[in-house]
Amino acid sequence: MGNILDARKNSILFKDDCGGQGSGICCDSDSVSGAVSQRACVYCGARVVLNPITDAYHIIHGPIGCSSYTWDIRGSLTSGEDIYRNSFSTDLQETDIIFGGVRKLEAAVDELMNAHRSAKLIFIYATCIVGVIGDDVDAVCRTKSAQYEIPVIPVKSPGFSGNKSTGYRMACDAIMEVLCPHKTEKKHGTINILGDFNLAGEMWIIKNYFKKIGIEVICGFTGDARYDDMCRAPGASLNIVQCAGSSTYLAQRMEEEFGIPYIKVSFFGVEDTTASLVRVAEALGDEAAREKAVMFCMEETEKLQGFLAKYTKSLKGKKAAIYVGGGFKAISLIRQFAVVGIQTVLVGTQTGKKEEYEVIESLVDQDTVILDDANPAELETFMKEKGADILVGGVKERPLAYKLGVAFCDHNHERKHPLAGFEGVYNFTREIDRSINNPVWEYVKVL
Amino acid sequence: MLELTPKEIMEKRHITINPCKTCEPVGAMFCALGVENCMPHSHGSQGCCSYHRTVLSRHFKEPALASSSSFTEGASVFGGRSNINTAVKNIFDIYNPDIIAIHTTCLSETIGDDVGSYILDMEIPDDKKVLFASTPSYEGSHIQGFSNMVIGFMKYLTKKTGAPNGKTAIFPGWVNPGDDRELKRIAALMGAHYIYFPDHDGTLDHPMDGKNDYFHPHAGTPLADLEALGDCEKLISMGTYCSQEPSDYMKRQFGTPYANIPLPVGVALTDRYVTELRKITKQEVPKELEDERGRLIDLMLDSHQYTYKKRVAIYGDPDIVYAFTSLCLELSMIPKYVITGTPKESWVKEITALMNQYGVDESEYVVKADTDLFYLHQLIKNEGVDMLLGFSYGKQIAKAEDIPMVRMGFPVLDRYGNPIQATVGYAGGIRYVEKIVDALMDRQDRDALDEDFDVVM
Repeated sequence: MGNILDARKNSILFKDDCGGQGSGICCDSDSVSGAVSQRACVYCGARVVLNPITDAYHIIHGPIGCSSYTWDIRGSLTSGEDIYRNSFSTDLQETDIIFGGVRKLEAAVDELMNAHRSAKLIFIYATCIVGVIGDDVDAVCRTKSAQYEIPVIPVKSPGFSGNKSTGYRMACDAIMEVLCPHKTEKKHGTINILGDFNLAGEMWIIKNYFKKIGIEVICGFTGDARYDDMCRAPGASLNIVQCAGSSTYLAQRMEEEFGIPYIKVSFFGVEDTTASLVRVAEALGDEAAREKAVMFCMEETEKLQGFLAKYTKSLKGKKAAIYVGGGFKAISLIRQFAVVGIQTVLVGTQTGKKEEYEVIESLVDQDTVILDDANPAELETFMKEKGADILVGGVKERPLAYKLGVAFCDHNHERKHPLAGFEGVYNFTREIDRSINNPVWEYVKVL
Repeated sequence: MLELTPKEIMEKRHITINPCKTCEPVGAMFCALGVENCMPHSHGSQGCCSYHRTVLSRHFKEPALASSSSFTEGASVFGGRSNINTAVKNIFDIYNPDIIAIHTTCLSETIGDDVGSYILDMEIPDDKKVLFASTPSYEGSHIQGFSNMVIGFMKYLTKKTGAPNGKTAIFPGWVNPGDDRELKRIAALMGAHYIYFPDHDGTLDHPMDGKNDYFHPHAGTPLADLEALGDCEKLISMGTYCSQEPSDYMKRQFGTPYANIPLPVGVALTDRYVTELRKITKQEVPKELEDERGRLIDLMLDSHQYTYKKRVAIYGDPDIVYAFTSLCLELSMIPKYVITGTPKESWVKEITALMNQYGVDESEYVVKADTDLFYLHQLIKNEGVDMLLGFSYGKQIAKAEDIPMVRMGFPVLDRYGNPIQATVGYAGGIRYVEKIVDALMDRQDRDALDEDFDVVM
């Protein structure tokens, strides 16, 4: 394989027929310099997790780039405040780098508080450069928090201090700082949803399901989250974790601090949505909710049959490539593709964990390529070799797929319709059909 | 939307809200993507490179390939030398470019990595090149980074052999691939032999030809052309802030005389481009161009009653905002708020001079450099405008204040087809006059009472 680096050989795996031994893939390590990783940095990890908190002021302490690139980046919708859709930055200049940026940061907070006295919560992100020049962001946060009597929380996320997963931890730590002062009695039968960011309104769909089966959701993290709801979150009796990569750590910390147990769930695809709803009811020991969940999912699944049968006709036999952020999403996608007769021939993630790769390996057919932290050259090589018809990915993968003459489905920030729950099954199926079976591909092939 | 913006104008000095600029390295990356078989390389943490590729991908709807040194904690303490060495080897091994164009980030600048000397010590294959430009993110804006990288290429590659090649160098500044095609077409129509740098025609709007060669698309300024720049007889460079420093460099190093002109948007500024070409080639303006100019003026005449005295807020990068201010003045509009995030105070004088030229009184407009869209929004809250003209992030103000908006500049994230088409030249003028007039007339239709609603306009 000409365009695979020696340093990356252990990050690529071809499932063989004596599989089931567990994935020996190398993952959760630093990216190789010059390999063109599709990953972002620690700060990005922290920002994407915290950004959907709608009534927080997210101040980026650093040069302008870090804030301008993450300005309104996620497609996380809000039912109330929209402060999070602004971009606040200290816009550090050369003199600040030399003499330190603390004064500018303090002044920035003061200016913000003068203009917006009703501010409830401020996050201050320390980026690469602040990590190097050593501004004491913790001290600024303590002082300002005391002065204005609101939480001002440091998010220490210099880009070089690990990879995106490290940023998720930093974000979860910041959330814990908000929650810790609000320890309270637990209210039985209530849950928090962790690891859903309300992309295209997905949090609303999931909350609606729980409403239907009679389970109260106290707070979602962090999709459409508000400070007041977050403060009530320690009172839930169960946490459910959707995006495992970003939020398992938060669930663990909430278990330690507040004694809230957690289970991992997924709302992508019929199978996962049904299993998750039932498991949540079971975990709460709520028999009535379990029965309602079973009934509800049966009805929804029933409604889907004709739809799926129709689309299976035009999709069966196609081949899919998956390259997404976390392992849990990849697992759900493999199952979703199988439902309409699509075989997954390549699957990779930016930040998947060893256990997730083991599950992935157990789900896919022989000879499937599995890769961690892939680069465009590898994606191109294996998509061509495996004859993929569609790629599922994010922003940077879309044009890559199109240039290779392969259909595409965005499962990240640029989708305008939800892909979660039963609604998501309709949207996902229609979207892959629209792209795979689009007449435009005929013109490409003619050449 | 944007309900937090207070009407009282805040004298903000320490916080930027909703920036009207971004950082230097993305400009350097963009410049390097306009060179044939070149891999842009970001010397810093993974995130910078990832963000720049994302924003370029979102604007151009194309893959924007670039590599990163992927700094770890170790690199930021002990320096990025071993990272850059590994990176360069890996890039040549997998992607096999002819040139690697390294730009620094705020991180590598601050820890004091001497990339220039690292390059001197590297093992680089004989037929390959590695060069670098310094682009600290805490200075200037992406425009400065672009300019620095243009000079970076010349520093490493351009030679003067003493034998003039009879060509004109053209530096277009920061424009879209559609603009590159238009500027080259006009130069060819005027009979110029030219070297065009950087050239994104075919790199960031690579035609779908089923050949899968998205990384080696045989487009962009060729290496040989970059070397031959020093033998060019004249330079036409566009935009003060993208191209003044590179022009000075050409003059200083190779003695090349230059004309630095504004980006040719609209009639007057395109005339200047054509005039500069004419001075060089001594050729008459061909009928094809004269007809295009005539059609643009015809369109402006036909529609002038809809643009007359309409107030417009123009924001974005300094060169393109200057050029569009000129176009709007030609259309008898009033550029009421003219804003850039790039910190260049001289720009304010240039815009003011332009306003004077068209007799707009100083009380009628506000022009400000080194500011943000929060400030623009406050101005609009105090006294509204009829239209917004700028990059995509203004759409939140447009929605909040219910103002029609026409997209131009960088980045345009929420529309398709924009980078393929020309903004410059008479053809670009026709396109934008149509866009502006359409937006104003759509609004008139939307707001019309039934009795005023008319097919004939």
